[in-house]
Amino acid sequence: MKVVVDEEKCVAAGQCVAAAMDVFDQRDDDGIVVLLEENPPPELADDVRNAAAVCPALAIRITD
Amino acid sequence: MAETDTRTEPVVAAPDLEYPGERSGKCPFAPPAELLALHEDGKPVARARIWDGSTPWLVTGHAAQRAVLSDPRVSSDEKQPGFPHPTRAQAENAPHHPLTIFNADGAEHTRIRRTMTSPFTRNRMERLRPEIQRFTDELIDQMLDGPKPVDLVTALSLPLPSLMICALLGVPYEDHEFFQEHAAVANKRFKTADDDRRAMEALGGYLTKLLQQRMEEPAEDVLSDFAGRVTAGELTLPDATLLCMVLLIAGHETSANMITLGTALLLERPDQLERLRTADDPGFLANAVEELLRYLTIPHLGQRRVAREDIEIEGETIRAGEGIIVPLPAGNWDPQAFPEPEKLDLGRPARHHHTFGWGVHQCVGQQLARIELQVVFGTLFRRVPTLRLAVDREALEFKGDSLAYGVHQLTVTW
Ligand code: SF4
Repeated sequence: MKVVVDEEKCVAAGQCVAAAMDVFDQRDDDGIVVLLEENPPPELADDVRNAAAVCPALAIRITD
Repeated sequence: MAETDTRTEPVVAAPDLEYPGERSGKCPFAPPAELLALHEDGKPVARARIWDGSTPWLVTGHAAQRAVLSDPRVSSDEKQPGFPHPTRAQAENAPHHPLTIFNADGAEHTRIRRTMTSPFTRNRMERLRPEIQRFTDELIDQMLDGPKPVDLVTALSLPLPSLMICALLGVPYEDHEFFQEHAAVANKRFKTADDDRRAMEALGGYLTKLLQQRMEEPAEDVLSDFAGRVTAGELTLPDATLLCMVLLIAGHETSANMITLGTALLLERPDQLERLRTADDPGFLANAVEELLRYLTIPHLGQRRVAREDIEIEGETIRAGEGIIVPLPAGNWDPQAFPEPEKLDLGRPARHHHTFGWGVHQCVGQQLARIELQVVFGTLFRRVPTLRLAVDREALEFKGDSLAYGVHQLTVTW
Protein backbone atom coordinates (compact mmCIF):
# COMPACT_ATOMS: atom_id res chain seq x y z
CA MET A 1 0.00 0.00 0.00
CA LYS A 2 1.28 3.43 -0.96
CA VAL A 3 -0.18 6.66 0.38
CA VAL A 4 -0.10 10.05 -1.33
CA VAL A 5 -1.29 13.26 0.31
CA ASP A 6 -2.13 16.52 -1.40
CA GLU A 7 -1.06 19.40 0.84
CA GLU A 8 -2.77 21.91 -1.41
CA LYS A 9 -6.15 20.30 -0.83
CA CYS A 10 -5.74 19.62 2.89
CA VAL A 11 -7.92 21.80 5.15
CA ALA A 12 -6.35 20.66 8.41
CA ALA A 13 -9.43 18.94 9.78
CA GLY A 14 -7.28 16.38 11.61
CA GLN A 15 -9.51 13.48 10.65
CA CYS A 16 -6.62 11.46 9.23
CA VAL A 17 -4.67 11.75 12.49
CA ALA A 18 -7.71 10.64 14.45
CA ALA A 19 -8.06 7.61 12.20
CA ALA A 20 -4.40 6.60 11.80
CA MET A 21 -2.00 8.44 14.06
CA ASP A 22 0.96 6.27 13.14
CA VAL A 23 0.68 7.29 9.52
CA PHE A 24 -0.50 10.92 9.60
CA ASP A 25 0.42 13.98 11.59
CA GLN A 26 -0.31 17.69 11.22
CA ARG A 27 2.22 20.48 10.86
CA ASP A 28 2.27 22.63 13.96
CA ASP A 29 2.13 26.03 12.31
CA ASP A 30 -0.84 25.51 9.97
CA GLY A 31 -2.27 22.07 10.69
CA ILE A 32 -1.50 20.76 7.21
CA VAL A 33 -1.18 16.98 6.90
CA VAL A 34 2.25 15.37 7.28
CA LEU A 35 2.70 11.87 5.93
CA LEU A 36 4.79 9.87 8.41
CA GLU A 37 4.69 6.59 6.59
CA GLU A 38 4.49 6.44 2.81
CA ASN A 39 4.29 2.65 2.76
CA PRO A 40 2.32 1.69 5.87
CA PRO A 41 2.50 -1.95 6.98
CA PRO A 42 -0.49 -4.21 6.23
CA GLU A 43 -1.77 -4.13 9.82
CA LEU A 44 -2.44 -0.40 9.43
CA ALA A 45 -4.15 -0.75 6.05
CA ASP A 46 -7.69 -0.55 7.43
CA ASP A 47 -6.93 2.55 9.49
CA VAL A 48 -5.35 4.22 6.49
CA ARG A 49 -8.32 3.40 4.26
CA ASN A 50 -10.54 4.81 6.98
CA ALA A 51 -8.44 7.98 7.10
CA ALA A 52 -8.80 8.46 3.36
CA ALA A 53 -12.54 7.92 3.62
CA VAL A 54 -13.10 10.48 6.37
CA CYS A 55 -10.83 13.18 4.92
CA PRO A 56 -13.35 15.89 4.03
CA ALA A 57 -11.02 17.47 1.49
CA LEU A 58 -10.29 14.22 -0.39
CA ALA A 59 -6.61 14.97 0.12
CA ILE A 60 -5.51 11.37 0.71
CA ARG A 61 -5.03 8.91 -2.12
CA ILE A 62 -4.12 5.24 -1.78
CA THR A 63 -2.45 3.26 -4.52
CA ASP A 64 -1.74 -0.42 -4.23
CA MET B 1 -18.87 31.37 -15.18
CA ALA B 2 -20.83 28.94 -17.30
CA GLU B 3 -22.52 30.23 -20.40
CA THR B 4 -25.92 29.41 -19.04
CA ASP B 5 -28.45 32.21 -18.98
CA THR B 6 -29.27 32.36 -15.31
CA ARG B 7 -32.07 34.87 -15.92
CA THR B 8 -34.49 32.40 -17.51
CA GLU B 9 -36.39 30.92 -14.60
CA PRO B 10 -36.77 27.18 -15.13
CA VAL B 11 -40.37 26.08 -14.88
CA VAL B 12 -40.72 24.40 -11.51
CA ALA B 13 -44.00 23.09 -10.28
CA ALA B 14 -44.72 24.70 -6.91
CA PRO B 15 -43.05 22.28 -4.51
CA ASP B 16 -45.23 21.21 -1.62
CA LEU B 17 -42.15 20.79 0.50
CA GLU B 18 -41.62 23.75 2.80
CA TYR B 19 -38.15 24.07 4.27
CA PRO B 20 -37.20 23.97 7.12
CA GLY B 21 -40.77 23.21 8.23
CA GLU B 22 -41.65 22.10 11.72
CA ARG B 23 -40.28 19.06 13.48
CA SER B 24 -43.02 16.56 14.01
CA GLY B 25 -43.89 16.05 17.64
CA LYS B 26 -43.35 12.30 17.43
CA CYS B 27 -39.68 12.32 18.37
CA PRO B 28 -38.00 15.63 19.10
CA PHE B 29 -34.60 14.00 18.59
CA ALA B 30 -35.40 12.96 15.02
CA PRO B 31 -35.00 15.12 11.92
CA PRO B 32 -38.25 16.47 10.41
CA ALA B 33 -40.41 13.70 8.95
CA GLU B 34 -40.67 15.46 5.55
CA LEU B 35 -36.91 15.16 5.11
CA LEU B 36 -36.86 11.49 6.02
CA ALA B 37 -39.72 10.86 3.60
CA LEU B 38 -37.45 11.99 0.76
CA HIS B 39 -35.20 9.00 1.47
CA GLU B 40 -38.19 6.68 1.18
CA ASP B 41 -39.26 8.34 -2.06
CA GLY B 42 -35.74 7.89 -3.42
CA LYS B 43 -35.22 11.63 -3.89
CA PRO B 44 -31.76 12.56 -2.63
CA VAL B 45 -32.03 15.88 -4.52
CA ALA B 46 -35.35 17.77 -4.61
CA ARG B 47 -36.79 21.27 -4.72
CA ALA B 48 -38.20 22.98 -1.64
CA ARG B 49 -39.80 26.33 -0.89
CA ILE B 50 -38.14 28.64 1.64
CA TRP B 51 -39.17 31.78 3.56
CA ASP B 52 -38.78 34.21 0.64
CA GLY B 53 -40.83 32.06 -1.75
CA SER B 54 -37.81 30.88 -3.74
CA THR B 55 -37.31 27.20 -4.50
CA PRO B 56 -33.69 26.14 -4.00
CA TRP B 57 -32.49 22.55 -4.19
CA LEU B 58 -32.57 20.40 -1.10
CA VAL B 59 -29.83 17.77 -1.01
CA THR B 60 -30.76 15.11 1.53
CA GLY B 61 -28.90 11.93 0.47
CA HIS B 62 -25.60 11.17 2.21
CA ALA B 63 -23.71 10.51 -1.03
CA ALA B 64 -25.30 13.49 -2.75
CA GLN B 65 -24.33 15.74 0.19
CA ARG B 66 -20.71 14.62 -0.14
CA ALA B 67 -20.76 15.26 -3.87
CA VAL B 68 -22.21 18.76 -3.52
CA LEU B 69 -20.15 19.87 -0.53
CA SER B 70 -16.87 18.84 -2.13
CA ASP B 71 -17.62 20.25 -5.58
CA PRO B 72 -15.52 23.34 -6.38
CA ARG B 73 -18.31 24.59 -8.67
CA VAL B 74 -20.50 25.01 -5.60
CA SER B 75 -20.02 28.33 -3.82
CA SER B 76 -20.45 29.52 -0.23
CA ASP B 77 -20.44 33.15 -1.31
CA GLU B 78 -23.58 34.61 0.25
CA LYS B 79 -23.29 37.72 -1.95
CA GLN B 80 -23.98 35.71 -5.13
CA PRO B 81 -27.45 36.12 -6.58
CA GLY B 82 -29.55 33.02 -5.96
CA PHE B 83 -27.93 32.28 -2.60
CA PRO B 84 -30.62 30.74 -0.36
CA HIS B 85 -30.36 32.86 2.79
CA PRO B 86 -31.72 31.17 5.91
CA THR B 87 -33.51 34.25 7.25
CA ARG B 88 -34.55 37.73 6.20
CA ALA B 89 -32.01 39.22 8.65
CA GLN B 90 -29.19 37.32 7.01
CA ALA B 91 -30.38 38.28 3.53
CA GLU B 92 -30.40 41.94 4.59
CA ASN B 93 -27.00 41.80 6.25
CA ALA B 94 -25.22 39.64 3.67
CA PRO B 95 -24.03 42.55 1.50
CA HIS B 96 -22.29 44.05 4.55
CA HIS B 97 -20.74 40.84 5.85
CA PRO B 98 -16.95 40.80 5.76
CA LEU B 99 -15.14 37.94 4.10
CA THR B 100 -14.88 35.05 6.58
CA ILE B 101 -14.11 31.38 6.57
CA PHE B 102 -17.86 30.74 6.11
CA ASN B 103 -18.52 32.73 2.97
CA ALA B 104 -15.21 32.50 1.08
CA ASP B 105 -14.42 30.09 -1.75
CA GLY B 106 -11.33 28.54 -3.30
CA ALA B 107 -7.96 30.18 -2.73
CA GLU B 108 -9.44 32.96 -0.58
CA HIS B 109 -11.02 30.39 1.67
CA THR B 110 -7.80 28.38 1.92
CA ARG B 111 -5.87 31.52 2.88
CA ILE B 112 -8.29 32.42 5.68
CA ARG B 113 -8.67 28.87 6.89
CA ARG B 114 -4.92 28.36 7.18
CA THR B 115 -4.70 31.29 9.58
CA MET B 116 -7.16 29.55 11.89
CA THR B 117 -6.27 25.88 11.94
CA SER B 118 -2.96 25.66 13.78
CA PRO B 119 -4.37 25.92 17.35
CA PHE B 120 -6.80 23.07 16.63
CA THR B 121 -4.66 20.20 15.40
CA ARG B 122 -5.61 16.78 16.64
CA ASN B 123 -2.47 16.37 18.73
CA ARG B 124 -2.74 19.78 20.37
CA MET B 125 -6.32 18.99 21.33
CA GLU B 126 -5.26 15.59 22.64
CA ARG B 127 -2.75 17.37 24.90
CA LEU B 128 -5.65 19.39 26.35
CA ARG B 129 -7.46 16.24 27.44
CA PRO B 130 -6.16 16.31 31.04
CA GLU B 131 -7.27 19.92 31.42
CA ILE B 132 -10.69 19.13 29.97
CA GLN B 133 -10.93 16.24 32.42
CA ARG B 134 -9.97 18.53 35.32
CA PHE B 135 -12.58 21.17 34.39
CA THR B 136 -15.21 18.44 33.97
CA ASP B 137 -14.46 16.90 37.35
CA GLU B 138 -14.51 20.27 39.09
CA LEU B 139 -17.85 21.19 37.54
CA ILE B 140 -19.33 17.83 38.52
CA ASP B 141 -17.94 18.22 42.07
CA GLN B 142 -19.64 21.60 42.33
CA MET B 143 -22.85 20.18 40.96
CA LEU B 144 -22.85 17.31 43.47
CA ASP B 145 -22.10 19.68 46.34
CA GLY B 146 -24.89 22.06 45.37
CA PRO B 147 -28.67 21.87 45.64
CA LYS B 148 -30.66 19.51 43.47
CA PRO B 149 -32.37 19.41 41.08
CA VAL B 150 -30.08 21.46 38.92
CA ASP B 151 -30.09 22.72 35.33
CA LEU B 152 -27.37 20.79 33.53
CA VAL B 153 -26.92 23.64 31.04
CA THR B 154 -25.72 26.08 33.69
CA ALA B 155 -23.97 23.43 35.81
CA LEU B 156 -21.92 21.71 33.10
CA SER B 157 -22.89 21.96 29.43
CA LEU B 158 -22.23 25.66 28.94
CA PRO B 159 -19.38 26.29 31.40
CA LEU B 160 -17.19 23.42 30.18
CA PRO B 161 -16.77 24.42 26.51
CA SER B 162 -16.73 28.09 27.51
CA LEU B 163 -13.90 27.49 29.98
CA MET B 164 -11.99 25.56 27.33
CA ILE B 165 -12.34 28.04 24.50
CA CYS B 166 -11.50 30.88 26.93
CA ALA B 167 -8.37 29.07 28.12
CA LEU B 168 -7.34 28.34 24.54
CA LEU B 169 -7.97 31.83 23.17
CA GLY B 170 -6.91 33.68 26.30
CA VAL B 171 -10.28 35.35 26.86
CA PRO B 172 -10.98 35.95 30.59
CA TYR B 173 -13.69 33.52 31.70
CA GLU B 174 -15.03 36.15 34.14
CA ASP B 175 -16.53 37.87 31.10
CA HIS B 176 -18.54 34.81 30.11
CA GLU B 177 -21.96 36.31 30.79
CA PHE B 178 -21.20 39.17 28.45
CA PHE B 179 -20.02 37.09 25.52
CA GLN B 180 -22.44 34.20 26.00
CA GLU B 181 -25.32 36.65 25.81
CA HIS B 182 -24.09 38.18 22.54
CA ALA B 183 -23.16 34.83 21.07
CA ALA B 184 -26.67 33.59 21.84
CA VAL B 185 -28.07 36.46 19.74
CA ALA B 186 -25.76 35.54 16.90
CA ASN B 187 -27.09 31.98 17.06
CA LYS B 188 -30.77 32.96 16.91
CA ARG B 189 -32.66 32.23 13.77
CA PHE B 190 -35.26 34.98 14.06
CA LYS B 191 -33.03 37.85 15.11
CA THR B 192 -33.47 41.25 13.53
CA ALA B 193 -30.70 42.59 11.33
CA ASP B 194 -30.15 45.34 13.93
CA ASP B 195 -29.88 42.98 16.90
CA ASP B 196 -27.41 40.90 14.96
CA ARG B 197 -25.27 43.92 14.11
CA ARG B 198 -25.32 45.19 17.67
CA ALA B 199 -24.23 41.82 19.08
CA MET B 200 -21.41 41.62 16.54
CA GLU B 201 -20.24 45.13 17.33
CA ALA B 202 -20.22 44.50 21.06
CA LEU B 203 -18.22 41.29 20.67
CA GLY B 204 -15.93 42.88 18.10
CA GLY B 205 -15.12 45.85 20.32
CA TYR B 206 -14.39 43.52 23.21
CA LEU B 207 -12.04 41.27 21.23
CA THR B 208 -10.25 44.18 19.54
CA LYS B 209 -9.37 45.50 22.99
CA LEU B 210 -8.03 42.13 24.09
CA LEU B 211 -5.98 41.85 20.89
CA GLN B 212 -4.50 45.29 21.45
CA GLN B 213 -3.51 44.29 24.98
CA ARG B 214 -1.78 41.18 23.63
CA MET B 215 0.05 43.24 21.03
CA GLU B 216 1.67 45.02 23.94
CA GLU B 217 1.94 42.09 26.30
CA PRO B 218 1.89 38.73 24.52
CA ALA B 219 0.98 35.59 26.48
CA GLU B 220 0.78 31.87 25.68
CA ASP B 221 -2.58 31.86 23.92
CA VAL B 222 -4.30 32.07 20.56
CA LEU B 223 -5.15 35.76 20.94
CA SER B 224 -1.41 36.42 21.26
CA ASP B 225 -0.73 34.42 18.07
CA PHE B 226 -3.21 36.57 16.19
CA ALA B 227 -1.91 39.75 17.84
CA GLY B 228 1.60 38.77 16.73
CA ARG B 229 0.43 38.37 13.17
CA VAL B 230 -1.18 41.81 13.27
CA THR B 231 2.11 43.29 14.51
CA ALA B 232 3.97 41.46 11.75
CA GLY B 233 1.61 42.93 9.17
CA GLU B 234 0.20 39.54 8.11
CA LEU B 235 -3.33 40.32 9.32
CA THR B 236 -5.26 43.54 9.88
CA LEU B 237 -6.67 44.15 13.35
CA PRO B 238 -10.29 43.95 12.09
CA ASP B 239 -9.52 40.63 10.37
CA ALA B 240 -7.91 39.21 13.50
CA THR B 241 -10.92 40.38 15.52
CA LEU B 242 -13.27 38.61 13.17
CA LEU B 243 -11.32 35.34 13.26
CA CYS B 244 -11.27 35.38 17.06
CA MET B 245 -14.98 36.15 17.14
CA VAL B 246 -15.75 33.15 14.94
CA LEU B 247 -13.69 30.91 17.23
CA LEU B 248 -15.23 32.29 20.41
CA ILE B 249 -18.84 31.96 19.23
CA ALA B 250 -18.47 28.61 17.51
CA GLY B 251 -16.37 27.33 20.39
CA HIS B 252 -19.04 27.09 23.03
CA GLU B 253 -22.64 27.13 21.77
CA THR B 254 -22.42 24.00 19.67
CA SER B 255 -20.61 21.77 22.17
CA ALA B 256 -22.88 23.02 24.96
CA ASN B 257 -25.98 21.98 23.02
CA MET B 258 -24.45 18.64 22.16
CA ILE B 259 -23.68 17.87 25.82
CA THR B 260 -27.21 18.76 26.96
CA LEU B 261 -29.08 17.09 24.14
CA GLY B 262 -26.84 14.01 24.22
CA THR B 263 -27.54 13.62 27.93
CA ALA B 264 -31.29 14.00 27.37
CA LEU B 265 -31.19 11.34 24.66
CA LEU B 266 -29.08 8.88 26.66
CA LEU B 267 -31.38 9.20 29.68
CA GLU B 268 -34.14 7.90 27.41
CA ARG B 269 -32.10 4.98 26.12
CA PRO B 270 -31.02 3.14 29.29
CA ASP B 271 -29.58 0.19 27.35
CA GLN B 272 -27.24 2.41 25.34
CA LEU B 273 -26.43 4.47 28.43
CA GLU B 274 -25.40 1.28 30.20
CA ARG B 275 -23.07 0.36 27.34
CA LEU B 276 -21.48 3.78 27.57
CA ARG B 277 -21.12 3.70 31.35
CA THR B 278 -19.51 0.29 31.45
CA ALA B 279 -17.29 0.62 28.38
CA ASP B 280 -13.61 0.51 29.24
CA ASP B 281 -12.39 0.77 25.66
CA PRO B 282 -11.56 4.34 24.62
CA GLY B 283 -12.20 3.29 21.02
CA PHE B 284 -15.79 2.40 21.91
CA LEU B 285 -16.25 5.71 23.71
CA ALA B 286 -14.85 7.65 20.75
CA ASN B 287 -17.21 5.88 18.37
CA ALA B 288 -20.14 6.33 20.75
CA VAL B 289 -19.56 10.09 20.55
CA GLU B 290 -19.62 9.89 16.73
CA GLU B 291 -22.94 8.03 16.88
CA LEU B 292 -24.39 10.67 19.22
CA LEU B 293 -23.14 13.40 16.88
CA ARG B 294 -24.75 11.60 13.95
CA TYR B 295 -28.03 11.03 15.69
CA LEU B 296 -28.54 14.55 16.98
CA THR B 297 -26.89 16.75 14.30
CA ILE B 298 -26.77 19.96 16.34
CA PRO B 299 -26.21 22.22 13.27
CA HIS B 300 -29.68 21.32 12.06
CA LEU B 301 -30.71 24.12 9.75
CA GLY B 302 -28.83 23.23 6.61
CA GLN B 303 -25.66 24.44 4.94
CA ARG B 304 -26.31 27.04 2.25
CA ARG B 305 -24.63 27.12 -1.16
CA VAL B 306 -25.16 28.40 -4.68
CA ALA B 307 -24.09 26.73 -7.94
CA ARG B 308 -21.55 28.65 -10.03
CA GLU B 309 -21.92 26.31 -13.00
CA ASP B 310 -24.41 23.68 -14.11
CA ILE B 311 -23.97 20.51 -12.09
CA GLU B 312 -25.36 17.03 -12.70
CA ILE B 313 -26.15 15.18 -9.55
CA GLU B 314 -28.18 12.02 -8.98
CA GLY B 315 -29.97 12.55 -12.28
CA GLU B 316 -30.89 16.19 -11.60
CA THR B 317 -29.30 19.27 -13.13
CA ILE B 318 -28.63 22.11 -10.75
CA ARG B 319 -28.18 25.19 -12.92
CA ALA B 320 -25.72 28.00 -12.44
CA GLY B 321 -27.18 30.58 -10.05
CA GLU B 322 -29.53 28.16 -8.31
CA GLY B 323 -29.49 27.88 -4.54
CA ILE B 324 -28.64 24.67 -2.72
CA ILE B 325 -29.50 23.71 0.85
CA VAL B 326 -27.82 20.76 2.50
CA PRO B 327 -29.73 19.70 5.65
CA LEU B 328 -27.04 17.76 7.47
CA PRO B 329 -29.50 15.83 9.73
CA ALA B 330 -31.02 14.23 6.63
CA GLY B 331 -27.65 12.91 5.40
CA ASN B 332 -27.03 11.55 8.88
CA TRP B 333 -30.33 9.64 8.77
CA ASP B 334 -29.92 8.30 5.22
CA PRO B 335 -30.53 4.53 5.50
CA GLN B 336 -28.09 3.95 2.63
CA ALA B 337 -25.27 5.24 4.82
CA PHE B 338 -26.64 4.29 8.26
CA PRO B 339 -29.02 1.29 8.20
CA GLU B 340 -31.99 1.77 10.54
CA PRO B 341 -30.93 5.35 11.23
CA GLU B 342 -33.60 5.84 13.92
CA LYS B 343 -31.80 3.27 16.06
CA LEU B 344 -29.25 4.78 18.41
CA ASP B 345 -26.50 2.17 18.33
CA LEU B 346 -23.34 3.36 20.03
CA GLY B 347 -21.39 0.48 18.51
CA ARG B 348 -22.20 1.06 14.83
CA PRO B 349 -19.58 2.55 12.51
CA ALA B 350 -20.56 6.22 12.59
CA ARG B 351 -17.49 8.28 11.75
CA HIS B 352 -18.73 9.12 8.28
CA HIS B 353 -21.52 11.36 9.62
CA HIS B 354 -21.90 14.94 8.40
CA THR B 355 -22.42 16.77 11.68
CA PHE B 356 -19.21 18.76 11.23
CA GLY B 357 -20.05 19.31 7.57
CA TRP B 358 -18.11 17.90 4.65
CA GLY B 359 -15.63 19.31 2.17
CA VAL B 360 -13.27 22.22 2.65
CA HIS B 361 -15.63 24.01 5.04
CA GLN B 362 -15.65 21.18 7.58
CA CYS B 363 -15.59 22.46 11.17
CA VAL B 364 -12.22 23.83 12.30
CA GLY B 365 -12.86 23.05 15.97
CA GLN B 366 -14.10 19.49 15.54
CA GLN B 367 -11.20 17.77 17.29
CA LEU B 368 -11.70 19.96 20.36
CA ALA B 369 -15.42 19.22 20.37
CA ARG B 370 -14.77 15.48 20.08
CA ILE B 371 -12.44 15.37 23.06
CA GLU B 372 -14.77 17.51 25.17
CA LEU B 373 -17.63 15.14 24.38
CA GLN B 374 -15.57 12.01 25.02
CA VAL B 375 -14.53 13.34 28.41
CA VAL B 376 -18.00 14.55 29.45
CA PHE B 377 -19.97 11.48 28.37
CA GLY B 378 -17.23 9.20 29.69
CA THR B 379 -17.27 10.92 33.10
CA LEU B 380 -20.77 12.20 33.89
CA PHE B 381 -22.63 8.87 33.95
CA ARG B 382 -19.84 7.08 35.80
CA ARG B 383 -19.63 9.70 38.50
CA VAL B 384 -23.40 10.23 38.74
CA PRO B 385 -24.86 6.80 37.95
CA THR B 386 -28.31 7.74 39.22
CA LEU B 387 -28.58 10.86 37.06
CA ARG B 388 -32.15 11.32 35.80
CA LEU B 389 -34.55 13.95 34.54
CA ALA B 390 -36.26 15.88 37.32
CA VAL B 391 -39.09 17.03 35.05
CA ASP B 392 -41.38 15.27 32.59
CA ARG B 393 -39.82 14.77 29.20
CA GLU B 394 -42.85 16.64 27.79
CA ALA B 395 -41.68 19.71 29.69
CA LEU B 396 -38.42 19.93 27.74
CA GLU B 397 -38.31 22.92 25.42
CA PHE B 398 -36.45 22.17 22.22
CA LYS B 399 -34.53 24.92 20.40
CA GLY B 400 -36.20 24.82 17.02
CA ASP B 401 -35.41 28.49 16.52
CA SER B 402 -31.64 28.41 17.07
CA LEU B 403 -28.93 27.65 14.56
CA ALA B 404 -27.76 24.94 16.94
CA TYR B 405 -30.39 22.42 18.02
CA GLY B 406 -30.74 21.56 21.69
CA VAL B 407 -32.92 22.07 24.74
CA HIS B 408 -33.11 25.33 26.66
CA GLN B 409 -32.85 23.64 30.07
CA LEU B 410 -32.28 20.17 31.33
CA THR B 411 -33.34 19.87 34.94
CA VAL B 412 -31.71 16.79 36.42
CA THR B 413 -31.36 15.15 39.77
CA TRP B 414 -29.62 12.05 41.15
S1 SF4 C 1 -8.12 14.60 7.12
FE1 SF4 C 1 -7.63 15.50 5.14
S2 SF4 C 1 -7.98 17.66 5.42
FE2 SF4 C 1 -7.85 16.78 7.44
S3 SF4 C 1 -5.69 17.01 8.06
FE3 SF4 C 1 -5.92 15.00 7.14
S4 SF4 C 1 -5.42 15.31 4.99
FE4 SF4 C 1 -5.80 17.32 5.85
